[in-house]
Amino acid sequence: GGDGAGGSAAPAAGAAPERVLFPPTFSVSEIKNKQRRHFMFQRWKQQQRKEKLASRKKRRKEREALGDQAPPKPVPKTIENQRVYDETTVDPNDEEVAFDESTDEFAPYFNRQTIPKILITTSDRPRGRTVRFCEQLSTVIPNSHVYYRRGLALKRIIPQCIARDFTDLIVINEDRKIPNGLVLSHLPDGPTAHFRMSSVRLRKEIKRKGKEPTEHVPEVILNNFTTRLGHSIGRMFASLFPHDPQFIGRQVATFHNQRDYIFFRFHRYIFKSEKKVGIQELGPRFTLKLRSLQKGTFDSKFGEYEWIHKRREMDTSRRKFHL
Amino acid sequence: VLRPQVVWSTLGNRQFCSYKIRTKTQSFCRNEYNITGLCNRSSCPLANSQYATVREEKGRCYLYMKTIERAAFPRRLWERVLLSRNYEKALEEIDENLIYWPRFIRHKCKQRFTKITQYLIRIRKLTLKRQRKLVPLSRKIERREKRREEKALVAAQLDNAIEKELLERLKQATYGDIYNFPIHAFDKALQQQDAESDSDAEKEEEEEEEKDADKREFVEADDSELSDFEDMDKLETSSEEDKSSSEEEEEEREKRAARAKSKGKAPLKGPAGRKRPYIEIEYEEETEPAAKAKTT
Repeated sequence: GGDGAGGSAAPAAGAAPERVLFPPTFSVSEIKNKQRRHFMFQRWKQQQRKEKLASRKKRRKEREALGDQAPPKPVPKTIENQRVYDETTVDPNDEEVAFDESTDEFAPYFNRQTIPKILITTSDRPRGRTVRFCEQLSTVIPNSHVYYRRGLALKRIIPQCIARDFTDLIVINEDRKIPNGLVLSHLPDGPTAHFRMSSVRLRKEIKRKGKEPTEHVPEVILNNFTTRLGHSIGRMFASLFPHDPQFIGRQVATFHNQRDYIFFRFHRYIFKSEKKVGIQELGPRFTLKLRSLQKGTFDSKFGEYEWIHKRREMDTSRRKFHL
Repeated sequence: VLRPQVVWSTLGNRQFCSYKIRTKTQSFCRNEYNITGLCNRSSCPLANSQYATVREEKGRCYLYMKTIERAAFPRRLWERVLLSRNYEKALEEIDENLIYWPRFIRHKCKQRFTKITQYLIRIRKLTLKRQRKLVPLSRKIERREKRREEKALVAAQLDNAIEKELLERLKQATYGDIYNFPIHAFDKALQQQDAESDSDAEKEEEEEEEKDADKREFVEADDSELSDFEDMDKLETSSEEDKSSSEEEEEEREKRAARAKSKGKAPLKGPAGRKRPYIEIEYEEETEPAAKAKTT
């Protein structure tokens, strides 16, 4: 029936795909013979392409013909446009959020009662790359100290840190000689965030011709943290840096969230004019992806988790993001 | 009845023993009752009718003994004695049970027991410490995450975003007086100028017409004398006209500057901005051609 008709049409038509006649209930996938099926599919594809080209030309002609009266160009769909609306998106004027933020664990920082003091450490036996990364990170974050972890348990380090007035603890987890995880814990019983870290670039791997970052306090840019969860993570990052940046230093640390990936960059900027600014990248760069957010300090067994990334539930839609 | 010597001469030395593992330098015995783990005449549990071992099960140590009397009963062959948890007491127990046994077996049993207790202690210590949890990675997931990260990076356009944010902050005057781009002040001044120029537009047109009329009159009257000094004459004419023309020039210049460039920049002193008489001087310098290095 249709199969035979399609099959016989194939060699007869040859390389001339002008008018392809298919019986109404025919689909290319029904042909059993692979060669013929491939041929028919290619022909169908060519036809589709031609139609698309023709329609595009027509549309462009219409647009030119109308000139100024042409309707505005349709906005292309991007993943950001099509993002599934998250009901926890923060409205800037939301009172409840403002109240929550004024009474959460970061309030003392934002009220300038505490100065951030950071402890950076690694997992056991760090390899060279991780060690160098820790050093560079400590130059980026002012008032931070690197200590080696010589088999000490985190749960025992934490009370000691609190006793010595540290406000934040960063643990960089290492696997096979590359850093791949980051645990950020706000110390006086603050939230603990666990990230997966990827594409770490040390200073020498970044193509730039600048000098080392200076001791000035950098500015902080937090982009795209829209939901409640994103907001709290953003505040966590902000509380790492002292509240008053020194603009003389012209350094800026950026945490940019895009589709649940947080990109960290450290730049030096210079204003060439009011409309133009030049930036030069110094400092390490890395990307983070949030794995879990826990309410108290680091406690993997008995902690109260605010948010855990559950792959089966949360990765089902490509347009749904949580930060 | 299998005499031990016969067993050893066949299995141990010459023929195949399934528990035996040979390496280049040594041979080992995989038999679970073997006391030393090596394949020797004195350590082979098959080739010795009287034999003893220490084995541990679930953290408790047992002494296993085999005697010749029970050689016919495989089910009851190995006698098991639970050893005490106390190290010294257990050693005494071994001695008690293996009294009158060959020195070698007694010694090796105690050695083995010591080793076992040591590793049990280590196990207990390690379980108290933090243990590395190995989380399996799914390759498909890893690849997917990597790809999504790359796409997100492209979509982020980080440099643009950072630059935009910095310019925003500059506009919001978060930087105070550090940078000498007083945009707002200049904008205001410009706007004022624009307002004035708009209101004076009519006056300007009249003035222009007058100027043209004057020009025409003047030129027609005397052209040879004053062609060179046209500009001078413009300046020499009455003060009012002079002021108006100069104002006009300035305003025109500013207007042009405002229109041509985006607002906020200082007016250029380029050819478009110049209206006053100026002389262009070109300098030529003779430069000696650089000596070329000749390659030999």
